[in-house]
Amino acid sequence: MALKIVKGSIDRMFDKNLQDLVRGIRNHKEDEAKYISTCIDEIKQELKQDNIAVKANAVCKLTYLQMLGYDVSWAAFNIVEVMSSSKFTYKRIGYLAASQCFHESTDVIMLTTNQIRKDLSSPNQYDTGVALTGLSCFVTPDLARDLANDIMTLMSHTKPYIRKKAVLIMYKVFLKYPESLRPAFPRLKEKLEDPDPGVQSAAVNVICELARRNPKNYLSLAPLFFKLMTSSTNNWVLIKIIKLFGALTPLEPRLGKKLIEPLTNLIHSTSAMSLLYECVNTVIAVLISLSSGMPNHSASIQLCVQKLRILIEDSDQNLKYLGLLAMSKILKTHPKSVQSHKDLILQCLDDKDESIRLRALDLLYGMVSKKNLMEIVKKLMLHVDKAEGTTYRDELLTKIIDICSQSNYQYITNFEWYISILVELTRLEGTRHGHLIASQMLDVAIRVKAIRAFAVAQMATLLDNAHLLTGNTQRNGICEVLYAAAWICGEFSEHLEDPLSTLEAMLRPKVATLPGHIQAVYVQNAAKLFATVLRGQEGAPADRTVAQETSQLLIDRLPLFVQSANLEVQERASCILQLVKYIQKLQQKDVEVAEEVTALFAGELNPVAPKAQKKVPVPEGLDLDAWINEPPSESESEDEGRKPKGKAVFAKEESKHTKPRYTEVDEKELAKRREVRKAEQANNPFYIKASPSSQKVYQDGVGVEHIPVVQIDLSVPLKVPGMPMSDQYVKLEEERRQKDKADKKKKDKKKRREKGEKGRRRKGDSGPESEEDITPAHMVDITTEEMPENALPSDDDEKDPNDPHKALDIDLDKPLADSEKKLPVRTHRPDEVLRSPVDDGEGVEVVPELKKKSGKEKKDKKKDKDRKKSKEEKKKKKHKHEEGENLMGAGSEVPVQSEDSNEVAAPPPATTTNEASDLDFWLSNAPVPSNPQEAAKVSEAPSASTPEAVSGMAVVPPDSEPEEAKDTEPEDTSSKHKKKKQKKEKEEKEKKKKKKHHHHHHHSDGAGDESVQNGNVEEEEPLPPMSNYALLAENSYIKMMCDIQGNLQDGSQVVVSVIFENKCDSFIKAMEFNVLDSLNSKLQRPEGAGPHDGLTVPFQLPPGISNEARFVFSVQSIVMPQKLKGTLTFIVKTDDSSTHEKLDFKLHFTCTSYLITTPCYSDAYAKLLESGDLKGSSLKLEGVSQPFHHLLARICFHHHFSVVERIGSCASMYSRSIQGHHVCLLVKTADQTVSIDAKCDEPGLLGNVLDEIKLTFSQC
Amino acid sequence: MIKFLLMVNKQGQTRLSKYYEKVDIGKRPALEADVVKGCLSRKKEQCSFVEYKDFKLVYRQYAALFIVVGISDTENELSIYELVHNFVEVLDKYFGHVSELDIMFNLDKVHIILDEMIQNGHIVETNRNRILAPLLALDKMAEAH
Repeated sequence: MALKIVKGSIDRMFDKNLQDLVRGIRNHKEDEAKYISTCIDEIKQELKQDNIAVKANAVCKLTYLQMLGYDVSWAAFNIVEVMSSSKFTYKRIGYLAASQCFHESTDVIMLTTNQIRKDLSSPNQYDTGVALTGLSCFVTPDLARDLANDIMTLMSHTKPYIRKKAVLIMYKVFLKYPESLRPAFPRLKEKLEDPDPGVQSAAVNVICELARRNPKNYLSLAPLFFKLMTSSTNNWVLIKIIKLFGALTPLEPRLGKKLIEPLTNLIHSTSAMSLLYECVNTVIAVLISLSSGMPNHSASIQLCVQKLRILIEDSDQNLKYLGLLAMSKILKTHPKSVQSHKDLILQCLDDKDESIRLRALDLLYGMVSKKNLMEIVKKLMLHVDKAEGTTYRDELLTKIIDICSQSNYQYITNFEWYISILVELTRLEGTRHGHLIASQMLDVAIRVKAIRAFAVAQMATLLDNAHLLTGNTQRNGICEVLYAAAWICGEFSEHLEDPLSTLEAMLRPKVATLPGHIQAVYVQNAAKLFATVLRGQEGAPADRTVAQETSQLLIDRLPLFVQSANLEVQERASCILQLVKYIQKLQQKDVEVAEEVTALFAGELNPVAPKAQKKVPVPEGLDLDAWINEPPSESESEDEGRKPKGKAVFAKEESKHTKPRYTEVDEKELAKRREVRKAEQANNPFYIKASPSSQKVYQDGVGVEHIPVVQIDLSVPLKVPGMPMSDQYVKLEEERRQKDKADKKKKDKKKRREKGEKGRRRKGDSGPESEEDITPAHMVDITTEEMPENALPSDDDEKDPNDPHKALDIDLDKPLADSEKKLPVRTHRPDEVLRSPVDDGEGVEVVPELKKKSGKEKKDKKKDKDRKKSKEEKKKKKHKHEEGENLMGAGSEVPVQSEDSNEVAAPPPATTTNEASDLDFWLSNAPVPSNPQEAAKVSEAPSASTPEAVSGMAVVPPDSEPEEAKDTEPEDTSSKHKKKKQKKEKEEKEKKKKKKHHHHHHHSDGAGDESVQNGNVEEEEPLPPMSNYALLAENSYIKMMCDIQGNLQDGSQVVVSVIFENKCDSFIKAMEFNVLDSLNSKLQRPEGAGPHDGLTVPFQLPPGISNEARFVFSVQSIVMPQKLKGTLTFIVKTDDSSTHEKLDFKLHFTCTSYLITTPCYSDAYAKLLESGDLKGSSLKLEGVSQPFHHLLARICFHHHFSVVERIGSCASMYSRSIQGHHVCLLVKTADQTVSIDAKCDEPGLLGNVLDEIKLTFSQC
Repeated sequence: MIKFLLMVNKQGQTRLSKYYEKVDIGKRPALEADVVKGCLSRKKEQCSFVEYKDFKLVYRQYAALFIVVGISDTENELSIYELVHNFVEVLDKYFGHVSELDIMFNLDKVHIILDEMIQNGHIVETNRNRILAPLLALDKMAEAH
């Protein structure tokens, strides 16, 4: 019995699988969370068991729970366990869970590297497949780097199933580890012609995705893709290829021409809508790139538009949507072709589907003309009335305004009509776009002078009926319009028929419920109106009472605003109130004041473009960052809120001069001022604070909304009395046009262009009229002064710097160097940011010199490539070097250079032109070459043979060793120094060291020193291994090696590269590197860190792994060597515990580390010595038994010198410090005695350097 | 490129989710809820493409189950629309009249099918037999045990 129970419970434990879990969750609808938490507890128990089947089952359930949104990251390690099960059934569960739960920051991922590698190479294709699939979900930069080679191998797997997966995942690998792109690309290219269509399609996918971001690098593949396009039958693949062409054509218009025909054929023949759609899209893209000068392509456009029309007319909503979407692309370049389908698009406005309506709206934007604008807008206005849902209505509203205002109101012929449209739009309930309407009103009133009288009349009516707009609290978005209305009425009050009544309307008590910034405008413009009224009355002395009554009105009403909670309103009101009181006094004395009052508001306001201020170029010699006066000390608290920033003040000052007055009432600005004022008041003991009752109101403008407002029943139709309906204008406009035409016909020039043609009816012919015939009724004022005189052209928006694809912008046409054939497997992650200055420095140094020597003119582009290339190489070499591989002696290589260097041409440009011309050939040929590959091969052949021809050392016949020949060719700079005679095995090693000794090769070349060449290569034995990395400190956990280099870019910086190596079996994390700064040398810490804070090392170390970090120090004086004490703290994490450990070290900055290998020509060197600025010193080394070239190599390597000239057993050497001191050495050797005569412009530095050289040789 | 694929029922419960672009696990439920809301609110006569933030959703409804695919704007909407149907056909072939319950109870298998069809956010395979081959092999293996 007991046994049965036990057995049962075990069964149950086994039995609760995914199905049970799902069922259980469904049965516990009420207490789902509780049920799941008990399930999770069970799963935790199951995971503790040793049985892998139980574990896998548990992980499977976790995957389900994860999908439901539960965090299962705690089980990450168990997932890894299940992944490593040998049974596929379990393994796939593990991988599935990993692909769902893991992400880049999951730290157990680094434990999976070996397991994944094992699975990738498993004989079972499904093991490999599942690993690839999983990897594509959670690949990290580390995994990508470590596994890139394995995946690359799988790209040539025998099973297409594996190949296609491997090809696809390479895309992810490229993104995470961009260095892999170049080495992997040839193989990827091969896969485009894989016999298996699945693999082919995968390769197409990857290249498409790559090419979309950096199309220019893939242009040379066009012939291949063209072939694929004409041969493939898989629509999914075709779509991708056609998409790719869409990305390529903007770069190569000839490609576009070539594409048109096959694409149109496809459009005609295909039955698949998705393919048709893609073709149409690409044809459009092609035609856009071909620009308009192609009359014979109008047929293609016509075809596209026709097909799209079929899509739009289709009953399938999806097709309709896509048709409209594609149509909008055509619209940009060929608006005329689309305009003929206006009927169809207007029809779509009535569609049930909002997304279709929105697309149709987009199209309308480009379809309007002077002729049809009114009609289209009329239709849209109807939709506005019908539209349910505010979002769509708001969208309509913005579209109407967009359509009308586009290109400076180009299509508006009658602005009275437009103003009425705007006024009609104000009746929209609950719109958010009151501000938009207001700004349009202002803009039109300011720019179109002829319309002002009409606009003012309309605005006056609006103001008079303001209660209709503000009455309903829901409608407060629209009250922004009143801002514009008040301003227009005030500013252009001379056009008002009855300014007094408008003034009265603006001073109604209800106005106080409006938002503050609107009230402020009301008050200000009331004053303007007051001035107008006074001026109107003054002529007639009989009406003097009217003027006085007006003053009285203001005096009566303004106090309401003086009490306003809004400071701006308050301020303006009290100011104007005082003014009016004063005027009243004068009026009582019968003084004529009108002129003076009017003068307050004299002057025209001109429109200013929104970006105008930004475009004002800073005058020469003006430093905006410089202090005008001594900067105030920080302790001065008075400056609070005033922002004592020179720049800000300047900008603000400027804007006041250039911006129109109304923009000054900026809400933010007001808020800021308010804050400042409040703060001041609060601190001022003499300020009488507002009484408690008004305190409530004394809030922001927002508070106004909370004041209960009596609701007005709006069942009455919202027809504002006295306002003309926009519809009238459609009719009027029609008449006007006809009249204009008739007038023209009669050639009656006197009668042309009358404005007030309202009501006149004449019959003219109703035939079609051209755009040009329609003359606008009003002229828009687009003044050029809107922009400052020498405004700079608009700034382009830059690409997103975080785009991972940026790193993939790599030239792929350049053949691979043999160092690149294999993916570099690295143990350290390079710290790009810190290293680059050093690299740049050297890279730059090399190129110009070469250029000079070869005497060939290279294109700038090429130079860049060289630079990039040499950097790349350097990087690789560095790695190998760090790994402590052998370095060969410098001398063994020195001799050969000068020989070829004179004949060195520039091979790589030849290659690129070859490739380019190949593409040219393909593109220019009208018929498609039967086999584009052949053409490609042709181009490869010459490029492969160039190096021999060029190097002047045609030792290796191209056939026998084409590999090598090809390899050397792209190594632009270094290939010139390559010694062909040397055996292949040596090459690898040499390259590593080549960089280091680069410079003195050139010197020997440059100096034309024959004696070096005569030296026998074989005689010179290789040097023992050398490394600049010296042991810094070591304990049982960790070992630190360091190298110290000067930073060429910055004369006061030294870069310390430290390799951390984990020597123990535990995980080392949270490493912190700290150094006790001296007065002279300081560790550069990130901004905000204290002077004693340590720097976190940006990685963790699993057992046995080493990695490198760089630290930058700033130094002041470089004359003396420095020693800095430092500490590394870290946490050692074992299975069950973690301990804090530390390791002390002493950084030794030798004077050598301030020297930078710098090449120098012998003539420059001679001049330097002759100049007499240098002070000498000398050194004798006894008992040096090593060969002279070793000796030189050592000085070069350890002390950063370069050989200027070497004659027999005598050599001159040069180096330069980071602060520009020259150091010259003359090294002579005779009978184990080495004498070094040295000169330097800094004797202290020289002495120390010599001591260090001495030390180097005493150690060996 | 495909950003994610979701299977949700009318009640808005996620039945399958697969992300091809990193989305924080914490943010997934919110995104799913938002996406589903966008699709569920649409009527039958509305088109199957929804513009959502900076990408597009392509969805298809099968009985009570929605399949929603998030794609970048460079992807061909129609081809994804057809892919969804292809996916359902494969499921149908494997399960025989596939239902929501099949998907819930065999989540891992559905994932295998999906992984065969889409990898990395790209379509790898559309041939029904080839898609099902690994799964059938797996089933055989399980039977043998």
